[in-house]
Amino acid sequence: MSLAAAQDVPGFGGEPVWLVIIKVIMVFAFLVVMVLFSIVFERKVVGRMQNRIGPNRTGPWGTLQSLADGMKLAFKEEVIPLLADKPVYFLAPVLSAVPAFLAFSVIPFGPQVSMFGHQTMLQLTDLPVGVLVVFACSSLGVYGVVLSGWASGSTYPLLGGLRSAAQMISYEVAMGLSFVAVFLFAGTMSTSQIVFEQRHTWYALPLIVSFIIYAVAVVGETNRAPFDLPEAESELVGGFHTEYSSFKFAMFFLAEYINMVTVSALATTLFLGGWRAPWPISLWDGANSGWWPVLWFVIKVVLLIFVFVWLRGTLPRMRYDQFMQLGWKTLIPINLVWILAVSSMHVLRDRGWPTWKAAAIVLVPVLLVILVVLSALEGASARRRAAQAAEDEAEARLGPAFPVPPMDLRVPRTPMLVRASAPASVPDQKGSDADG
Amino acid sequence: MAEPPARRADRAPVLPPGHEPVRPAPTPDPTGSPVGFAKGFGLTFGQMFKKVYTQQYPFDFYPTAPRYHGRHVLNRHPDGLEKCVGCELCAWACPADAIYVEGADNTESERYSPGERYGKVYQINYLRCIFCGLCIEACPTRSLTMSNEYELALDNRQDLIYTKEQLMAPLLPGMEAPPHPMRLGDNEKDYYVVKTQAPLMKGAPQSAANAGAKPVSAPAIEVGGHHG
Repeated sequence: MSLAAAQDVPGFGGEPVWLVIIKVIMVFAFLVVMVLFSIVFERKVVGRMQNRIGPNRTGPWGTLQSLADGMKLAFKEEVIPLLADKPVYFLAPVLSAVPAFLAFSVIPFGPQVSMFGHQTMLQLTDLPVGVLVVFACSSLGVYGVVLSGWASGSTYPLLGGLRSAAQMISYEVAMGLSFVAVFLFAGTMSTSQIVFEQRHTWYALPLIVSFIIYAVAVVGETNRAPFDLPEAESELVGGFHTEYSSFKFAMFFLAEYINMVTVSALATTLFLGGWRAPWPISLWDGANSGWWPVLWFVIKVVLLIFVFVWLRGTLPRMRYDQFMQLGWKTLIPINLVWILAVSSMHVLRDRGWPTWKAAAIVLVPVLLVILVVLSALEGASARRRAAQAAEDEAEARLGPAFPVPPMDLRVPRTPMLVRASAPASVPDQKGSDADG
Repeated sequence: MAEPPARRADRAPVLPPGHEPVRPAPTPDPTGSPVGFAKGFGLTFGQMFKKVYTQQYPFDFYPTAPRYHGRHVLNRHPDGLEKCVGCELCAWACPADAIYVEGADNTESERYSPGERYGKVYQINYLRCIFCGLCIEACPTRSLTMSNEYELALDNRQDLIYTKEQLMAPLLPGMEAPPHPMRLGDNEKDYYVVKTQAPLMKGAPQSAANAGAKPVSAPAIEVGGHHG
C-alpha cells in the first residue's frame, strides 16, 4: 500500500530515484549532525548550569568532542559476555538504531523547494498516516531495548530492559493519546498536511493540554532525565546496555539521541507549526517559502532539545512507582477527558454551533469537574496533612525516645584549664618552654 | 510471663519542665506549587549566566595554600652537608610505608652529614605516599620537609620512586657538595644552634629551590618554615 498511499498526499510520489537518494542522505546527515551537536550542546549547557564550562578541548570551543568520542568508541575493544544470546545480542542495537532513523522519514523540514531543477517537498516521504509511522518506529525501538536486556545474559541489563520496556510502553499510551486531539483538529494524520493546517494557529495554543502531556510523555518515552530509570546507575548499573561495548554501544547512544531529536521534531511538527516561521518573522512574506523554513524548523528543534537538557539539569530522577503513577493515573485520564472535550466541541461545531458556544458548553462542565476533583484532592491532602501534624504533635509531646542532655547543661571545665587559670597554683615554669 | 517491651507511649518524659526539645516548625513545602516549579527551573537557567569556577589548570597555574603538602625535600646545612642522619624515623612514621632509608657511617675522609651517621639510600615512593606529613613531624633534624609541588604524575611506576638525588635540595651559594669535613664547627652540636643555622633563616626555604629539575608551579614554602 505504501506507494499508492504515498501518492494520496499531494506533493509526494513520482520523484526520480536519484532525488529520493539525495533526500535520504540529507536526512541521514541531518540526524547524525544533530546527534553530534546535541551531545556537545547538552554537555555544554548542563556544564553551564553547574558553573562548569563543559568540553572545551577538541575543536573550537570543544564542538568536536562528540565526534572524537564517537570515533574512539567505534575503534574500542568489543567485549561480548559468554552467556550472551549471540544473534539477538547482535540484532538488538540494530533494532534500536534503525527505527530511530526511520521515524525521521516523515518529518517535514520545509515546503516545496526547487532541487536540481525539480520541484520537491523538503521531506523524504509522507503517508496519509504519517504520524503513525513515527509512533510505530518508536514502538519498534522498544524491541531493541528489551531484546538487548534479554540477550546480554546478565541480570542488571535484564532488569533495566524490562523496566525500560514497561516505561516506554506506558508512556507511549499517553503520547499516542496526545496525538488524537491534533488529528481531530487537523483532520489528517499526514505530517505535511498537519503543518499546512497550522498556517493560522499553532496547535500548541488551542491544544495546550495535549502539548504539555506530549512533552511530558516523550521525556519518558526517550528514557531521558528525570525519567531515565532504565539507566539508574545506583540501581541498575547502566541499564539495558550495561553489557554492550564499542560500536554496539555507540548505536544505542546514537538511537537515544536520535529519538530525542525525533520527538523534538515531531513536537515541532504537530504543535509548533512545523517549519513555519514564528510570529514576528512570519510577517515577512518570504519567511515560509524556499529554504528558510529549514532554519525555523532547526531553531525550534534545538529549543526543544534545550528543554530536554534543562529538565536534566534541574530535576532529580523519579522513583519508579511515582513515575508509573504519573503516567497511568495522571497523564492518561487527563488526556482522555481532554480528547472527549475536543471531540465534543468538534461535533457541536460541525452541527453549526458558533465556536464560542461550543467551547463554553464543553469547557464549563469540564472545568467544573476539574474544580470538584481538585478541591476533593486538596481536601484529602489537607486532611492528611492535619492528621500528620496531629501525629507529629503527639509524638513531640512524648519527648524523644533517646536520652538528651538538658537544655541548660553546664559542661565543667577541664582540669587543665582550671589549673591554667588559677594563678596561685601555678608551679614554677622553668624548662617548660625550652623548645621554642 | 515475661514483661512485654515498653512501648513508646509508656515512657514518661523525664525532662525537667521548660526543657522540652524544641522542634523546628515545619516549613511550608514550595515544591508542589507552580511558584516552586518556576523557582527550580529559574535557578538552573540563571546559573548558566553566572561565573564558572573551572580553572584552566595546565595552562593557568594557581598557587597552592602556603602549607600545601607537596613533594618532599631533603634539606642541607648552610655548609652543604646533609641534614639527614639516616635515623629512619620518617620511614617508621610513614603510615603508607612509602619511605625507604638505609643509613651508613660517616668517616673522617668521607663525611656527608655532621655527626655519626648519614642517609646513604633515601627513597620515597610517590605511588604510596599519602602526603600526610607524619614523616616531617618525625624528622629530628628538620632534614625532611615538604614543598608545594604537586605535579607528580608519570607514566611508569619506576620513576615515581624518587631517589635521594632527586629529593636532595640543590646547593645554594656558599654551600659545598659533600663529602667534605664539617665547616661550621668541630662538633656536630655546632650545627644545631641558632648561629650556624642563621643563613638558612633568610630568603626562600630550600624546598623552593626546584630540586629534581621539576617545574615549580607556585612559590614553595617549607612546612613549618622559618621565614616571615
